[in-house]
Amino acid sequence: MSGKPRLHYVNARGRMEPIRWLLAAAGVEFEEAFLETKDDLKKLQTNGDLLFQQVPMVEIDGMKMVQTRAILSYIAGKYNLYGKDLKERALIDMYVEGLADLNELITSNFFQPADKKEEHLATVMDKATTRYFPVYEKVRGHGQDFLVGNKLSRADVQLLEIILLVEESKPDILAKFPLLQSFKAKTSNIPNIKKFLQPGSQRKLPIQEKDIPRLMQIFH
Amino acid sequence: MAGKPKLYYFDGRGKMESIRWLLAAAGVEFEEKFVETKEQLEKLVKDGDLLFHQLPMVEIDGMKMVQTRAILSYIAGKYNLYGKDLKERALIDMYVEGITDLMQMVMMLPFSPAEAKAKNLASIEEKATKRYFPVFEKVLKQHGQDFLVGNRFSWADVQLLEVILAVEEKIPAVLSGFPQLQAFKTKMSNVPTIKKFLQPGSARKPPPDDNYVATVMSIFNLN
Repeated sequence: MSGKPRLHYVNARGRMEPIRWLLAAAGVEFEEAFLETKDDLKKLQTNGDLLFQQVPMVEIDGMKMVQTRAILSYIAGKYNLYGKDLKERALIDMYVEGLADLNELITSNFFQPADKKEEHLATVMDKATTRYFPVYEKVRGHGQDFLVGNKLSRADVQLLEIILLVEESKPDILAKFPLLQSFKAKTSNIPNIKKFLQPGSQRKLPIQEKDIPRLMQIFH
Repeated sequence: MAGKPKLYYFDGRGKMESIRWLLAAAGVEFEEKFVETKEQLEKLVKDGDLLFHQLPMVEIDGMKMVQTRAILSYIAGKYNLYGKDLKERALIDMYVEGITDLMQMVMMLPFSPAEAKAKNLASIEEKATKRYFPVFEKVLKQHGQDFLVGNRFSWADVQLLEVILAVEEKIPAVLSGFPQLQAFKTKMSNVPTIKKFLQPGSARKPPPDDNYVATVMSIFNLN
């Protein structure tokens, strides 16, 4: 009687989005409880539902899990998206941590002062094309459909997520990365992922400037 | 012919210190290659040794591993410090991630501008005593066991001891409201591999000093 996983977060991508992606890729249906006001957050805190007073929080298998990485690791382990052994897991972890760094860089652009945003974004795009994407382009040189062990893993899901995110800022970012282009096409066609990419799924839209004050108010 | 793990980093704590702690706790001997200049770092990048052009990097079991968490997870998994199943691993991961958030604050403190240092220190004290330490105090009180998860020594115990000592260096009385954590600190410090690591002459690095800060700033052009 465990029911579906239940995600507690604001109605936005933020730190919960990779979790939505991974559950969707694993074919796991989930529910969402959106925090809309500061009081919603306070209620979870006073109820003792948040181990470190923070969201994301995911109710799953009788646990109230917090900490994005812990949640992602659990889902990946449970649904066999974490490689077949310790060494494959090590590779997946390295790839995924690199992508998480790139994700942080991109999302941090939002919090830059208005006059610094454009310059910061240019730096981020530069890092994407000189530090991160070349790594995955090179890995794809092995000719297999997936990054690790010839099998879908969380690394593939996360790479697709990041590619699409970067493309939202710079649509031609994959111009020099033919193998990542074919990766993007193939991975987007995996049935669970294709479904998640359709309108009406639980995938969240890019954050709008107008939403920021409301979201900041919940957390500060 | 595996050889000892070889750690590439600056001669200071930084992000490598948790890795030193975990290897030491697991009883694994390791070597260190200290990066002292920008040129040495650039050479590693040029030679293709650093997947994302960054340190830490650890040569272990034929891999050149990067990304602190990936390295720590691998060591924990290999040396049976990661719980007995997925659910214990989930608990360990949650605890370790929370501790890492606190550790990050401590790690960044030496790099704060002078006028922000007192404020950042106060922030560390508040988070430690209101958000993080109460969690682990409660966990230990509730199950009454020596170790945080599964009645067995794990990565979470090592990381908690490390952060307790790191915070105590800045705020000596920080454990005064936490009797369980005081007992935990004593017990863990006496685990033979950890006791050895806490002796002078071990690979444990001293608290960051101005020299360390200057080295890091110069390598990354942060002046």
